Amino acid sequence: MARFGMVIDTLRCVGCMDCVVACKTENEVPEGFCRDWITTEVRGKFPTLTTEIRSERCNHCDRPPCVTCCPTGASHVEDFGRLVLVDRELCIGCKACLASCPYDARFIHPEGYADKCTFCVHRVREGKDPACVAVCPTRCMHFGDLDDPRSEVAKLLASRRHHALLPEAGTRPRIHFLT
Amino acid sequence: MLELTTTRANPMVDPSLQVWGWEIPVYLFLGGLVAGMMILSGYLLFSGRHQAHGSSTAFVPALSFVLLSLGMAALFLDLEHRAFVWRLYTTFEPASPMSWGSWILILVYPALAAALLVRPPAPLVRRSPRLATLSGRLLDRPGWPRAVGVASIVLGVLLGIYTGVLLSALGARPLWASGLLGPLFLVSGLSTAAALVHLLAGDPQERVLFARADNVFLGIELLLLGLFLVGLLSATEVHARAARLLLDGPFGALFWVGVVGLGILIPLGVQIAAVRHRVQHTPVAPLLVLGGGLLLRYVFVAAGQLSHWSPP
Repeated sequence: MARFGMVIDTLRCVGCMDCVVACKTENEVPEGFCRDWITTEVRGKFPTLTTEIRSERCNHCDRPPCVTCCPTGASHVEDFGRLVLVDRELCIGCKACLASCPYDARFIHPEGYADKCTFCVHRVREGKDPACVAVCPTRCMHFGDLDDPRSEVAKLLASRRHHALLPEAGTRPRIHFLT
Repeated sequence: MLELTTTRANPMVDPSLQVWGWEIPVYLFLGGLVAGMMILSGYLLFSGRHQAHGSSTAFVPALSFVLLSLGMAALFLDLEHRAFVWRLYTTFEPASPMSWGSWILILVYPALAAALLVRPPAPLVRRSPRLATLSGRLLDRPGWPRAVGVASIVLGVLLGIYTGVLLSALGARPLWASGLLGPLFLVSGLSTAAALVHLLAGDPQERVLFARADNVFLGIELLLLGLFLVGLLSATEVHARAARLLLDGPFGALFWVGVVGLGILIPLGVQIAAVRHRVQHTPVAPLLVLGGGLLLRYVFVAAGQLSHWSPP
């Protein structure tokens, strides 16, 4: 069974927000909300500063706290690609999943259910990349099966230095950032 | 230096999580209060004290019924997808404390109804005399009040602990990442319940009994609060930072003055003096305990949402 994840090259990302716009368009994300966003991290002390620009979204964690806390099973791990998804017909809008996510990746859709990145599951089922990956002008985003050693994402992780966000939170995120 | 900027600005999430307003603290407070009242009335039923003239068992189950329903109404108001609330009862998710809680609440109502039948309130009996007949038939079975008492205590403990576990299961918020939240909220529920029954009880002996019990609960609550803070301060930097939200951060004044001072220490002092006959029993101490219990939930829910794993 595939275990989909994302690898994002922070040395190539310029923070152009094409991924954000593509996601909003593809998934009809309501105005004022976003499923993905750009974070800029500046570290160090002048003049030795470093900047990392990251395209961030739900990490589709291997140990998703949003799934374990959900009282109705609305938040679940889909068999297809082990994606973490929300069934809006089951969601009661209790917001426990929002509170359980260390990445604050979820929000409440104006219609009342919890919403977040799906890795564009509807596109992936058709063999396409998620919209954010497909439009990236610097080709810094890569999507694929992390468990398949022949996949591009697995090869990149094997060959490049990388990190994930808040590994200390213990959720085993599946988005990795190349540095 | 570490500087983070983000383009994300999702409502209720940014700049800091604010998904739960007044409804959840009120729900947790009333849930804890009812849990405590179930344990206390369960004790009275189990020990046979319910037979005493003016026993609070004549009004506690009915009052619990009303208060729990108000709490459930607050919870319902907090939901964003209210039309789907029935989905809670189409599944049982063993890993989710909220799923446990929703099923426990379903069991609590029949237990309250059973306790109500042991000693039905006089106004209800006047309206429906059949209630007294039914109660009389049940009381023909000598083990009935004791069985109802045990059920009330067990469900009360589960309900009281659940109100704390609900938060402590959300590990993404470091302030809530403590196994002590369950016992702390249970004891706080017991303390507020003892205060409310102390306030309303007609039997002077019961009033003294509940004042004494409240002093013990307040003492344990203070101890658990201390252990909770020590646990966070001696854990990771993230947890210590979360503890400082209460100690000297934005919730410091509410915590020290409202929760610890007015909610625990002052009523504890007043009630110790009252049970030693140095001052008279007045409603002041129980009212302060009730206010402190509500404030405790508010402070924990609000400060917990402000705590996070990301760098400051």
